[in-house]
Amino acid sequence: MLVAKNVKKSFGEHEILKDVSIDVEKGDVLSILGPSGSGKTTLLRCLNFLWKADGGIMTFDGKEYDLHNASKHEIKEVRLHTAFVFQQYNLFLNKTALENVTEGLIVARKMNKADAIAKARIQLEKVGMADREDRYPPQLSGGQQQRVAIARALATDPKIIFFDEPTSALDPELTGEVLNVMRDLADEGMTMLVVTHEMGFAKTVSNKVVFMENGYIIEEGDSREFFTNPKEERTRAFLRLVEENK
Amino acid sequence: MTDRVINILIDSFPKILLPGLLYTIPLTILAFSLGLIIAIVTALVQFANIKGLKQIARFYIWVIRGTPLLVQLFVMFYGLPNIGILMEPFPCAVLVFAINEGAYSAETIRAALESIPEGQLEAGYCVGMSYLQTIRRIVMPQAMRNAFPSLCNSVISMVKDTSLAANITVTEMFMAAQRIVARTYEALALYIEVGLIYLIFSTVLTKLQSIGEKYLNRHEARNL
Repeated sequence: MLVAKNVKKSFGEHEILKDVSIDVEKGDVLSILGPSGSGKTTLLRCLNFLWKADGGIMTFDGKEYDLHNASKHEIKEVRLHTAFVFQQYNLFLNKTALENVTEGLIVARKMNKADAIAKARIQLEKVGMADREDRYPPQLSGGQQQRVAIARALATDPKIIFFDEPTSALDPELTGEVLNVMRDLADEGMTMLVVTHEMGFAKTVSNKVVFMENGYIIEEGDSREFFTNPKEERTRAFLRLVEENK
Repeated sequence: MTDRVINILIDSFPKILLPGLLYTIPLTILAFSLGLIIAIVTALVQFANIKGLKQIARFYIWVIRGTPLLVQLFVMFYGLPNIGILMEPFPCAVLVFAINEGAYSAETIRAALESIPEGQLEAGYCVGMSYLQTIRRIVMPQAMRNAFPSLCNSVISMVKDTSLAANITVTEMFMAAQRIVARTYEALALYIEVGLIYLIFSTVLTKLQSIGEKYLNRHEARNL
């Protein structure tokens, strides 16, 4: 479904992604773990061209894309079939919850307005935000904003959703409502690539885990295996540290 | 105050107000609308970093902001005929005020565009929208909301600056007052009167600004 090979990215002298490859199959929930600065977010952003990688090839939905040199048309093609959920939600601040969801349908996909609204309402219902469709983002809590952002992602029928630390900006009591929505999506078979610090989510919801450090993948595999029987010493150290900070 | 002065003031009020309604207000509305279009284009060209056009925009802003409005009026109205370009006073005034306004408001709008978080653009891309679609539907409306108070400031300034158009024979309010002064010699009373009429116009605009701001801030949490 989505295979990225040899992704590289530097900012000036600083090499953030040294040589990273991942393989996501349909229905996979792949969690990308690792300390801050390990390149997790950079990887995610390179895959939908928010940042231009210095090198790397991605096969997505049966087509090959050069991550360094994709045409405008190719970039649009990828973006129309993927969705992205940001750490800071990034809801359109001048649009209501409902309009946030319909925008990509009406403007980017030329869907007629009535169909778009009907579709958006289904997704808002799904994330439990149907009763607040007329609210503007500043009138919603962080957790509510993130749920609207997930509805916005779902409405475009993406083949895969990228989540960039979707709960990191939330108060602890609000992370649960977002994680529950993500858990439901996983149960429905949505393909998800999730950068996260939520070990509980990685352990119980995702089926695959990738552990990154310093721009490399240190360890990857089945998530149960990863947590119960990590192979690499660095993985073990990371998991110990996480456990201590709980 | 003598009866004579009071009579002159009452007599002159409609004679000053009428040119206000016929010239000052239309001049302000036309020039500001045109200026706003110039400003948006000039700001966008810089924000989008379009090579060539960006340099032209910077040059335009540099020249217009660096020279007096009165000089710009004189160059256009009294200067250009020397190279065969003649304009009627009113259209000439509209053009000069619009060009002047465009340069100042371009900077206001550019700053407002730059204040919109990058994440708004990125979110637009991620739902499949193009750069232009995202600018038009997401970034620009938010920027204009942020720029609104400053732009209102500019309108109020412009209402008053239109008095300069008297210098190129546009019979707006100030010129009307000057003519009555020339006839009656009641400079103090009449110039205060015309000042008060400008004040009324500005007060109406200030009121409109606060209504506009209320509407634009309906997104805020406190206005639930």
